[in-house]
Amino acid sequence: MLELNAQTIAFFIFALFALGGALGVVTSRNLIHGALYLIVSLFGGAGFFVLLSAPFMAVVQVLVYIGAIAILIIFAVMLTRGMTQMSEILNRQWWMSAIVGVLLFVMLGLGVILPVWGENGINPNRPVSDNVATTEDLGVALVDGNQYVLPFQVASLLLTGAMIGAIVLARDTE
Amino acid sequence: MIPLWMYLLVAAGMFSIGVYGVLARRNAVAILMSVELMLSAVNINLIAFWRYMAPENMAGQAFAAFVFVVAAAEAAVGLAIIISVYRSRRSVVVEDVNLLKG
Repeated sequence: MLELNAQTIAFFIFALFALGGALGVVTSRNLIHGALYLIVSLFGGAGFFVLLSAPFMAVVQVLVYIGAIAILIIFAVMLTRGMTQMSEILNRQWWMSAIVGVLLFVMLGLGVILPVWGENGINPNRPVSDNVATTEDLGVALVDGNQYVLPFQVASLLLTGAMIGAIVLARDTE
Repeated sequence: MIPLWMYLLVAAGMFSIGVYGVLARRNAVAILMSVELMLSAVNINLIAFWRYMAPENMAGQAFAAFVFVVAAAEAAVGLAIIISVYRSRRSVVVEDVNLLKG
């Protein structure tokens, strides 16, 4: 069973952040509050990345998700003023959506989590190796001709296209 | 060390909450926030499987990095579309955007 050490306590705190923030996002009436809950949830995810020894991913999560995307969403909420406090925040099929969400959770639990559950799972509760690739390895892999240099270039092209597209879409035509 | 299934359980919960938000919310900005939740849950899964199954291989982290890129592009274009729709129809409720409805 789980031993109670700093790592376990940190995991449960981050899990509380991630799930509580997620619930806050889908239930809060005021969208500014929703965006703040989103930041809490994403911060929990960044904590998970630290526990999973991927510090670069944690930094990128804080910089890109919290620093850029959440702020962009807050800007969008402010630009669409009058829509932040709606009387009805859920549509008519909300109960069906809740059933779909619960069913999806059950299916993910049966299909993905049950096979790796417990001591008799396909893979053990411990990582196969403690020899973890570092951020330097990630940097090399992203520019290595035999690994990810082409997807890396395509990703930069996608970002450029998305930025130009966003400017064109949001520009005032007058 | 925390067992793998606990990370997967939290990520599955986040993803399901995100699905509920996408299907049930009326405000387009709230739907976009729920999509971000789903992408973040997928990233937790990718990094968790990478750490436990293949920590010496770079594939998991590289995939997570590309998910970040796609999430950033999606947020920028999605919010631009929402602002553009708000300018023309004075609403961001998805049921009011029915120009293509037959």
